[in-house]
Amino acid sequence: MAAMLEMIGGNGWALLGAALAVILAGCGSAYGVGVAGQAACGVVTEDPGKFAQVLILQLLPGTQGIYGLLIAFVALSRYGLLGGAGMELTVAQGLMVLAACLPIGIVGLISARHQGKTAVAAIGIVAKKPDQFGKAMLFPAMVETYAILALLISILALPTI
Amino acid sequence: MAVLQMQRISICAMKKNRKAILERLQELGAMEIDIQLEDDSGYRKKDVSNSKATFEKQAQTADHALEILQEYAPEKTGLLASLNGKPLIGRDQFTKAAKGQDNYVETARRIVALDKQIAEQKANIQKLQNQMEALVPWMALTVPVSYSGTRKTSVLIGTMAGTQSLEGVYGLLAKSAPEVDALDVQIISADKDYTYLAVVCLNRDVQAVEEALRAGGFAKPAQSVNKVPAEYQKELQAEMDEAIRQIEALQKEIVDCAGSRQDLRMVSDYYRIRAEKYEILGKIPQTKNTFALSGYVPAYQADQVVREFSEKYDAVVETEQIREEEAPPVLLRNNSFSESVEGVLASFGLPGKGEMDPTFFTSIFYVFLFGLMLSDAAYGLIVALACGILLVKCPRMATNLRKSIKLFFWCGLSTLFWGVMFGGYFGDVVDVVSEVFFGHKVSIPALWFVPLNDPMRLLLYSMLFGVIHLFTGLALKGYMCIRDGKYMDFLCDCVLWFLLLLGLIGMLLPTELFAGIAGQQIYFPEALKAATKWMAIIGAAGIVLMSGRANKNFGVRIALGAYDLYGMTSWLSDVLSYSRLLALGLATGVIASVVNQMGSMGGRSVIGVILFIVVFLIGHTFNIGINLLGAYVHTCRLQYVEFFGKFYEGGGKAFEPFMLKTKYVDIKEEN
Repeated sequence: MAAMLEMIGGNGWALLGAALAVILAGCGSAYGVGVAGQAACGVVTEDPGKFAQVLILQLLPGTQGIYGLLIAFVALSRYGLLGGAGMELTVAQGLMVLAACLPIGIVGLISARHQGKTAVAAIGIVAKKPDQFGKAMLFPAMVETYAILALLISILALPTI
Repeated sequence: MAVLQMQRISICAMKKNRKAILERLQELGAMEIDIQLEDDSGYRKKDVSNSKATFEKQAQTADHALEILQEYAPEKTGLLASLNGKPLIGRDQFTKAAKGQDNYVETARRIVALDKQIAEQKANIQKLQNQMEALVPWMALTVPVSYSGTRKTSVLIGTMAGTQSLEGVYGLLAKSAPEVDALDVQIISADKDYTYLAVVCLNRDVQAVEEALRAGGFAKPAQSVNKVPAEYQKELQAEMDEAIRQIEALQKEIVDCAGSRQDLRMVSDYYRIRAEKYEILGKIPQTKNTFALSGYVPAYQADQVVREFSEKYDAVVETEQIREEEAPPVLLRNNSFSESVEGVLASFGLPGKGEMDPTFFTSIFYVFLFGLMLSDAAYGLIVALACGILLVKCPRMATNLRKSIKLFFWCGLSTLFWGVMFGGYFGDVVDVVSEVFFGHKVSIPALWFVPLNDPMRLLLYSMLFGVIHLFTGLALKGYMCIRDGKYMDFLCDCVLWFLLLLGLIGMLLPTELFAGIAGQQIYFPEALKAATKWMAIIGAAGIVLMSGRANKNFGVRIALGAYDLYGMTSWLSDVLSYSRLLALGLATGVIASVVNQMGSMGGRSVIGVILFIVVFLIGHTFNIGINLLGAYVHTCRLQYVEFFGKFYEGGGKAFEPFMLKTKYVDIKEEN
């Protein structure tokens, strides 16, 4: 076990963490924005005037992917993994970076999927009652809270290494 | 910061003044008609559905004509035209257009009719084209397709499925009708589906030949024309040219009408206004010589309305205060800064009955929190400048749009302020550019501190701002209780909570736990420590005892109180929710520096500079967009869920006065 950890090396584990943050959160956002986009297309077919409103709702689940990118970038640049002139992390440090990246990766994946589904329902509100846009926007935003909390922990956990 | 006081106003007047009164009311736009009759026997209501439908239809015809004009003679409009609102038209000009209504309706009808003729001609062309296409395989035929033969001979003209060769057809005939010896088969043309052929035979053989051919899949053409194909095609072509010429003429005729576009707009609005008036007319109770009206007027305008109508139109006008059970419509009046957030408030819900207008407090926190979330000086400047220019360039923008743009203007300034505090200018563009392209690093220092280097500090401040925001909400609830004379509610639902929460915060601050997070130990004197402890205890005990005071059963009352105390956890989650201020602020800065870093990967060269500019423009545009959206959504959320959750429910109905509702033009007020 220790030999395997050693083989991948500290930098390798840190990179894996950054990659997971981007991959998981990005997949979640892609799914969320995707399903919301399908619903948005349906609404625009009927009423092109609602384009701007449904576009905003479609974009809401997109933020998790950005949070993932943000964490990955902070991790890569903080430990000099970006552009070469880096430091050698020990295996323990590398694993800590991996652990710090996991909250936004996993919570991002799941929250973006659910936020996407909520956005679909919110687009349904806008289709039938366009004047309730403010409220419709709020429901997907509620889901995002948990992605933000995860982002926060990821950010706060990173510099402690 | 107020919900305007409404008054109920009732007007009773002679029927001969009905038109004048209704028109003046509509022009004033100060009254929402709301007629509630306890007993409607003895009154008549005028049936106006027909006239109303006619007016609506005429407005639609004008709209349709305008759409057609736009299609054939597009009006050149600037980029900002859609923001610029409706043009202002003098009343005399409008009246002039209204007088010529019949002419313009005629014009509108003519435009619609012309458009219909064009559509017909286009259908005609399509038909001609189909006919010509069907004719193409027969072009080599020198007799009409319907030609049946001479005195002695018969001609069979038709198609056979598949590609047939001349030998094949002769073979088929020889096999099926061997007795026929005088035959001539010509293949006119062939395509992948059919072979087009003409068969000449003697009159006496025609039946045998035809049967033989039919057995091989021969069929006469469905439509045969009594003309030689080549000549017929020329005729069709001529007909088509004529149709195209006609379409051009019709189009020109439509384009010639483009001059009356403005008048058509006014006429459309004129009918729209009349339809609105007739709708009201259909609602008002009337007797033989009189009629009556009732509705809501903002109190500050009530005097003017009373005076004007009783003096000018011999009407009896009465105002009265709103009764207890009535829920009057809501109209907000705020200062120029705060009114910009009215749209945000309206999309949550206008103040319900008895609620205060939270616009003023909402506007201050909205702008403050929005800036904190975006927190980049350059982005703030861009947003503020863009909105500022729009506000100056388009003074006649629709009111609601204007308020939103104004809100973003203020939010932009707030973003600029926080950007300077945190040292964000397009993220870290100054550092990157100076280092990569000029060789030595220059940075603009943050006025306060850089959040990325010290996130814990900003997290604590975020929560501090959150606590202030939430406490303001709780204080507003207390204010409403006092205003309504509910002192017990004020004490139990506001003061006790303040005691408990302040006590708890006071107990938390000097602990080591807090010191560990903040990196700084806070020392309280013993007396203060004891005071905070007792505040918390009194608050908690008070809440347990008093929250369920509406319930008579003591056990249930305590249980409800304990449950209410459990609501403290919601305060905790509310405060934690403000951590999004930090997260979103960091997101802006970090994505901006990702963009800068990607841009600078080309290094110090011409290509590097070009790459940087391209990446800079695309990346920062994207970042502004996505973070504006994020800041907007999450600021709304903090207001709607955390702030309003403490004191505000909404649910009021907007004031919708009887007014000149126009689509294309605004009519200038005359004094």
